[in-house]
Amino acid sequence: MKYIDEFRDMAVATKISELIQREARGLKMVSFMEVCGTHTMAVERFGIRKTLPDNVRLISGPGCPVCVTPKSYIDKAIAMSDIKDIIVFSFGDMLKVPGTCSSLLKQRSKGKVRIVYSPLDAALFAEKNQDKKIIFLGIGFETTVPTVASSVKYAKKKKLKNFFIYSGHKIMPPAMELLAKDKEVNIKGFLCPAHVSAIIGMKSYGVICKKYNIPCVISGFEPLDILQSILMLVKQVKSKKAKVENQYSRVVKSSGNIMALRLIREVFSINDSDWRGIGVIKNSGLVLSKGYKDFDAERNMDLPDVKTSVDKGCICGSVLKGIKTPPECGLFYKKCTPENPQGACMVSSEGTCAAYYKYSLGQK
Amino acid sequence: MKTITLSHGSGGKMMHDLIKDLFLKNLGNPFLNKLGDAALLGLRTKKLAYTTDSFVVKPLFFPGGDIGKLSVCGTVNDLAVSGAIPRYLSCGIIVEDGFSYAALEKITISIRDACKSAGVNIVAGDFKVVEKGAIDGIFINTSGIGDVLNNSEISISRVTPGDKIIISGTIGEHAASILLAREDLKFKTRIKSDCSPLNKLVSSIICRDIKFMRDPTRGGLATTLNEISLASGYDIAIEESGIPVKKPVRALCEILGFDPLYMANEGKLIAIVSKDAASGVLAKMRKHALGKSARIIGEVKKEKDKKVYLKTQSGGLRILDMITSEQLPRIC
Amino acid sequence: MKILKITLDRAVVSSGGIQRMIGINFLKNPKVGDYVIVHAGFAIEKLDTVKAEETLKILEELQ
Repeated sequence: MKYIDEFRDMAVATKISELIQREARGLKMVSFMEVCGTHTMAVERFGIRKTLPDNVRLISGPGCPVCVTPKSYIDKAIAMSDIKDIIVFSFGDMLKVPGTCSSLLKQRSKGKVRIVYSPLDAALFAEKNQDKKIIFLGIGFETTVPTVASSVKYAKKKKLKNFFIYSGHKIMPPAMELLAKDKEVNIKGFLCPAHVSAIIGMKSYGVICKKYNIPCVISGFEPLDILQSILMLVKQVKSKKAKVENQYSRVVKSSGNIMALRLIREVFSINDSDWRGIGVIKNSGLVLSKGYKDFDAERNMDLPDVKTSVDKGCICGSVLKGIKTPPECGLFYKKCTPENPQGACMVSSEGTCAAYYKYSLGQK
Repeated sequence: MKTITLSHGSGGKMMHDLIKDLFLKNLGNPFLNKLGDAALLGLRTKKLAYTTDSFVVKPLFFPGGDIGKLSVCGTVNDLAVSGAIPRYLSCGIIVEDGFSYAALEKITISIRDACKSAGVNIVAGDFKVVEKGAIDGIFINTSGIGDVLNNSEISISRVTPGDKIIISGTIGEHAASILLAREDLKFKTRIKSDCSPLNKLVSSIICRDIKFMRDPTRGGLATTLNEISLASGYDIAIEESGIPVKKPVRALCEILGFDPLYMANEGKLIAIVSKDAASGVLAKMRKHALGKSARIIGEVKKEKDKKVYLKTQSGGLRILDMITSEQLPRIC
Repeated sequence: MKILKITLDRAVVSSGGIQRMIGINFLKNPKVGDYVIVHAGFAIEKLDTVKAEETLKILEELQ
């Protein structure tokens, strides 16, 4: 595939790894954090960790939107799907997350949950099936939010009365700032998410960078992107001057995508949000704005009360912050597996523990 | 729209007419035409292979095939990879009251065509209709008998360290075509199910050096290799760079976050071949239309952890577990 | 993915033999032949092929 395969050239990857080894010589141990599910997957899939010197640690942060969705959201979504004439539409990877008593996957076999690739397909279905109420599960960071916003705007244009969003959307920078403050995590550099940055641009990272003196490099997803970004972070650490750099300049503009940002501001407004494994982070979530309240599932439905169980023995909070690695969790690979996930980090294939389970167990 | 009703399954005139006008018309042969309670068959060899499978696939029709074609090829292939020439199949069909007659006809014609392609006959059949809601549309069961070839010595206990692993062609197409037909993901592709009868391919390559074969259906190549590893007791190692995947399947997997190693195939086989004979078997396979993309992808190791390892393109080692659950499209 | 055809704010895109209709309402002046980043049925940004080649060149020339 054009402009993907070239960025996977293993010979060039080896060269960049050697440069990292050289540049990092003499540095005190540094921890860089990536906060994007696709980065987590790519790091594991391409075996990037094993190419890094011992004094450069790459930790995975809370970059998987499915993983940080609270269990109560799943329980509510399941309850919604049980209501007569409601069909819940969702992205595929939400379906396997176990709720307290059931899962969206089980509801799917009853015909009450459907998978779509695009939220617009849920709106189009609502348009064609006016006898049903359609609720779309709005999960995802700033990359996904504009696509959901577009779909709601379409529903408004078509005057649909049977299309709703149950928003669980979250935004990245507040979570990054929380982690930047955390002395236990002790982040010395951020690998900033590729496509979230394509939407939000470089400005938000500038705030974190200045306030906490932490280097930020916006990185593409391919192995050469990630390795070049790590090299750039190492060089910044050595220079002792933190700034925001854009390694993914072929896609990310410094101002972000202005049209997408405008639409997000029109359709959504910011609120506090609960991140599974971490807790409530102020101003880190999105709800439908006043002008679009008619499409808000929670405001427009009589939802039953749901009781949500607690994750026992799970140290996802520490794994999500990068303080502990998956093998350091007592449940990992024993009670907690991709087939039977106990907590946030294993529920999605992009979660830190799931990615480690899939790609790293074989390393000797 | 003409539909199948409970009367079609009740044993009366309507059922006899249906059997004559639909099943015998398309599937008829000297054995089936007798409509006896059992088919009386002669044995050609001392050793028979016998297998059964049930087919419940949704959607019923997909690019490259349908449930009818699948029900023949699935059973034919189980016989073929056991080193046998498939001869006779039974076919039991259960449909839901209200099922479309046109759909049943289309499926029956697919069964006919698949049998012709494989060179087998349906010699015993059964047809039932159940109440609406009792099953989902149509379920088919086929069982099959084949003559084990003289020069076939297929046995898991013969698998030893050093044996090479050959895949007969590109992987993931069947699962990709089902996925695109089932979920409304709205991608346009030319991906078709690879559903095909493999018995003629097997006949062209069979020899004592082939120690074991299996077709990587549900759960894909990775799951089948795990089954082989568990049954033989030996580790298996394969190389990512050697695994043949068609470009559109690879592109779809990148977009949706799927792994081709865990995607079902219905027209491929894995052969475990002794080291010295592997390139010869590969060459013979490649001469056949269904084996043109065959590759040697790995080997049986001497370690006995019963694990399957994948050497990745970046030089790392990844454990390939059995498939745990259905792959679902990712957000990002 | 590559844009094959544009109709108002929708486009047909293709990659490796896979095609889909997507929304292009977030793009400024999209043209047939442009490479775009597709997410959940929408193009979220154009791929700047000049910058892509520049990045590749820098990577090759790293010493």
